[in-house]
Amino acid sequence: MTTIVTLTGSIEVDAAAEGDELWMTADDLRQLTGYELKPEGFCLDEVCVPVPRGQESEFVRGSEVNLGAFWRQLDAAIVHDEGGASWSIGEPPTERALRVDSLVAPDFTLPDAAGRPHSLSDYRGQKVLLAAWASW
Amino acid sequence: MWQRLVEEIGDRGFTVVAVALDSEPGAPEPWIEAANPTYPVLIDRAHLLSELYGVVNVPTAVWIDEAGRIVRPAEVAGAYEAFRYFDREQGAIPGEHLERSKQVRRAYLDAIRDWVARGAASEHVLSPGEIQQRRQAADPAVAEAHARFRLGQYLEGRGDDAGARAQFDEASRLHPESWAIWRQTAEKLENGIAGGPAFAAQVAALGERRYYPPVEMAGMPPEQ
Repeated sequence: MTTIVTLTGSIEVDAAAEGDELWMTADDLRQLTGYELKPEGFCLDEVCVPVPRGQESEFVRGSEVNLGAFWRQLDAAIVHDEGGASWSIGEPPTERALRVDSLVAPDFTLPDAAGRPHSLSDYRGQKVLLAAWASW
Repeated sequence: MWQRLVEEIGDRGFTVVAVALDSEPGAPEPWIEAANPTYPVLIDRAHLLSELYGVVNVPTAVWIDEAGRIVRPAEVAGAYEAFRYFDREQGAIPGEHLERSKQVRRAYLDAIRDWVARGAASEHVLSPGEIQQRRQAADPAVAEAHARFRLGQYLEGRGDDAGARAQFDEASRLHPESWAIWRQTAEKLENGIAGGPAFAAQVAALGERRYYPPVEMAGMPPEQ
């Protein structure tokens, strides 16, 4: 099993790592990223990213898809440890741009010292000073 | 840090949500206990806030209105780098820099008070154009740095210290402006602070560049 660390946590996926390529089922890719493989390409809602012509075999192999090639196609970060058992992916720039342009404060859920989860959206209706600090 | 402010104006539709960018289990808790805050204090071991909001140092804050929209993007929250002027001979920081620290902090807190009192009418609430101008442009190197930092935290949690170190070093190389990445992963003194000789060297390497870039805000003391 391969671990993939995302912004919302880490997920175990039955995937095959080949250097910077990471092959998994199309269904796993959809669950992980929201992108669905269709004839038009990889689609998130109405927006589809076509598979580059002539490079189909780098992206799709039967029922498997290559998250490595796809994520790099989106100019999104995808990195892994030396052994390829642990991976980490970043937010695609297009999604980030939409989010940033909207000026909506991105929601998140984090625990307090007692382990209780709090989301930023819990405080909707108040002015919030979101203040980062650290013990280091 | 914010308790007095919350006691003063926390009943007017305002709250602080403090987030500790602290990866080491148990590290922020003593500080939280000592502060005994009445506002939520959350623990962000993977530094998600840095990745989502573009935080590179602490203290940094973002102002978010009642509708959940950013009205001031991530910026230094009332801090000044007086520590850089510590005079070894005197054994103290010169008075002018201590005074400047106070002025910067006061200006920042006053701005918050004004925002809480006047809402969108406050001069400190930025327009969408001003916010976009102040924000960091998307940078693939920074995005990769954040992905590697998260990977490093995961590997460290599994006991792969060498693997984690490789990811942290690469993250800092890709995102050299991030003190949060560097200090979180640097060697700590006994009190848990990354303030030893390596930190001093990193600060010295700044040269004329600022550790806490001055904030453009009405009421801030003018730059010399």
